[in-house]
Parts: sequence; structure tokens; C-alpha cells
Amino acid sequence: MSSPLPTPPVKVTEDDCPGFSRGYRLQHDRVREQWVIQAPERALLADPIAVAILQELDGQTRLGTVIDRLAARYEAPREQIATDVLALLSELTEKRILRL
Amino acid sequence: MSGTPDSPMTDGTSTPPPAPMSLLAELTHRCPLSCPYCSNPVELERKAQELGTEDWLRVLEEAAGMGVLQVHFSGGEPMARPDLYTLISHAHRLNLYTNLITSGVLITPETMKRLDESGLDHVQLSFQDTDGPEADRLSDFKSVQPRKLEAARLITQAGIPLTLNFVLQKANISRIPAMFALARQLDAQRVEMAHTQYYGWALKNRAALLPSRTQLEEAGRHVEAEMAKGGLAIDYVTPDYYAERPKPCMGGWGQRFLNVSPSGHVLPCHAAETIPSLHFDNVRDHSLSHIWYHSQAFTLFRGTDWMPEPCASCARKEIDWGGCRCQALALLGDASQTDPVCSLSPHRHLIDDAIAEAEQTDEQAFIYRRMGQKTF
Repeated sequence: MSSPLPTPPVKVTEDDCPGFSRGYRLQHDRVREQWVIQAPERALLADPIAVAILQELDGQTRLGTVIDRLAARYEAPREQIATDVLALLSELTEKRILRL
Repeated sequence: MSGTPDSPMTDGTSTPPPAPMSLLAELTHRCPLSCPYCSNPVELERKAQELGTEDWLRVLEEAAGMGVLQVHFSGGEPMARPDLYTLISHAHRLNLYTNLITSGVLITPETMKRLDESGLDHVQLSFQDTDGPEADRLSDFKSVQPRKLEAARLITQAGIPLTLNFVLQKANISRIPAMFALARQLDAQRVEMAHTQYYGWALKNRAALLPSRTQLEEAGRHVEAEMAKGGLAIDYVTPDYYAERPKPCMGGWGQRFLNVSPSGHVLPCHAAETIPSLHFDNVRDHSLSHIWYHSQAFTLFRGTDWMPEPCASCARKEIDWGGCRCQALALLGDASQTDPVCSLSPHRHLIDDAIAEAEQTDEQAFIYRRMGQKTF
């Protein structure tokens, strides 16, 4: 039986401009007052940090710029923000929720 | 009991029921295929009974207003309805996530373009098998496989995420590795490996469909190996006949899910009409919200108050929710009993007997789904 090799882990960088893939989106659920990522056959709960990051993505803006903005808005160390953003977005890109 | 007709009950003693998450919109029971495990009721509804476009548009609006996040357009074959595109567009404008559950045989470049332009979010494409002749035998439809493969190509070409759905049974379960290979070849994002659920048509065909324990163990090994490779989301649940505890059917009766039948009956699950003690209200007569919160069909088995022993004192009663009401009805003649697949049920032997019978039964002996066929 031939089978494809395991998918290599995705590494998102500050030069990437990720956006949601077709069939995925961030949506406010006004009945339950929460944010969800709408996805095929499921809706994933998004925590406030993920929401803040995902709201900045439009598929055109460099992540470096997004990180600058978030660091300024939350008055947090840029390095810490960059680590969180790149880790989250690498995971979501690997799951094909985001595309680069 | 208090509460306005269209709002959750709040009598101060129990928590109000949750808002529904998901709507299965069964637009029609018409279908070009005749699969012997079809989840539609044995008494299929006819075209003349179907809801009109205006009714469906209103149902979608009411569903979105209640908190439904995703709508699954299903059937029968939902593409048999010419107003499908209008309904998808409307759902899309309401910010509902739109999923099309289809056999794919009516997908052409033209219909695909219209689905795409309607704003469709996702397609679940059903496959009977990876083997062409066997797929024809199961669906009772000539050369079904090439049409499905072409549909898959058109879907991914449009950039719409694709899930392949395989209904597993005795004759195809050995081809699980080929199913995964097909999913990767077609660039599907997800695979659903759904074991046949034995009500309605499938219960009539159970002995010819139910896999053996040996087959099942082999299937489990293939699924684990594929999951380890990554890159493909796999939805596989051990069939309840071989489990110790029942499945939490629909995530609990009236907890998350509602189903509108082609003629407008609102059901807690697609098989609920098999339960003769239930009365199903219709969207032509009542709002969706009223039916969800107040109708007999939704309140009768909601929560845990209805439960008999061994469920009532069971630590898992809000995990399993008593299992499946339709299965209790189908196998015990009483929908309010514990699902007999539970090893704590006094009737578990019925399941073990069925497994033993299936081991002795030829996989060729099908009764095909047909409109107007006598029930027997």
C-alpha cells in the first residue's frame, strides 16, 4: 500500500499574509454571546486572544504589521506577542483553517 | 410551567433548554439513488407534500434568529430542488454556515457554478464504495462512481472544502485504506466514516450490512494508522453495536439539533418519525422556536427526567443521554427504554444475537429503498 508522507509542520513567518480559507470564518454568535470559528461540520469556540488575532487577518496584511498593531494595542512585549501569534497561526494553517 | 410561547421556559426550578446549534434541512426525499441503508423514513414523503420556497426561507430566518449556526441542506438529494440556490444564498446572507450533503450525481459545471455563486461553504459528498461496480450495486444506479469523481473534481476546483462520506458496512469495510487514498487523491479535507445506523431501511437489511467483530477490529487499525499520517481530518466512531455504552444520540434529545422534514415536520432527529407516540408539529402551523421549546416531540425526551433505570441512577446519564430513542423503539418497541446497546440494559442480548445472525448472512441480500414500497 502506498501512502503519502506525513504533512510537514507548517511554520508561519512574519512575512506571511494569512487569511481564512474558503469554508472557514470567524463569527460572533450573538445568541450565546461568544465567538466561534465556523468550519466544516463544526463550530470551534475561539478564546479572546485568538479572536483579537484573527480579527486582524485579511489575507493581505503582513503578520509583522499585525504583530506591531497588537503589541501597541495591548501594550505588551512585541516578542511575546509574536511568539503567540506565530504559534496559533501555524497550528490553524496546518489544519487548513487559514491559508498563506 | 411558564414562559412566553416563543421563548425558553423559565419556571425557576430547571435550567432552560439550550438554543439549537444545527439545522438539518431535508429539502426532499426524492433521490436518483436507492441505497439500502438510506436514513430516510421507510414511508417517503412525495413531491406534492414538500414545503415551498417561501416556507423554507422563513424557516432559515427563524433558525438563525434562535441561534442556529450551521444549516445542512440534505435529502434525499437536495439538488433535486430547483430552489436550492435561492435557499443557500438566503442562508448565506443570514450568516448561517451552509453545508450541502449530496450524492453528487446532479453536479455539473453549470450547477457547480451556481452553488459557488450562492456562497456555499462546504460540501459533504457521499460515496458508497471505492469500487465502481460495488457502488452501482449499493446505490442501484448505473455508473455512479465516475459521476461522483467528477463532482469531487468540480467541488475542489471551485475551492470549496470537501468532505467524503462513506457509509461503512460488511461489503465495503475492508476497503477503508482505499477510501483514505481516494480522499487524499481528491484533495478532500475531511473523511467521515459513518457506520450504518440500523433503523428504517438499514434495519430491514441489518443482517446483510452489519460487519463482524474481526472486520471491525481491522477497520480500527486502518483508521488509527491513517490518523497518524496527518493532513486529513478523520471522523470515525465505533459502531454502537460493538460498544459498551450507547452513543449520545444527537448530543442529547433536543439539546443541539433540529431537523425539518420535506413536508415541514420538525424532528429532534431524522429517524424520530419512527416513534409512534410522538406528535410532530409543522412549520406551516407554528414557529420553529415554539416547536423547539414547547412541542411534545422535543420536550418528551429532553433532559433526564424521562429516564428509566438503569439510566436514571447512572453517572453517565448526561454523557450518553440514554442513547438513541429510535433504537430503543426499533428493537424494544418502547422509545422510553434504555438504548439496548448499553451493556447495562437487560436487553443487550438482542444486539449480541443480531451480531451473531449477521455473521451467518450473505452480504448480497438487499432490500432497496423505493418510494411507495410496502413496509414489511
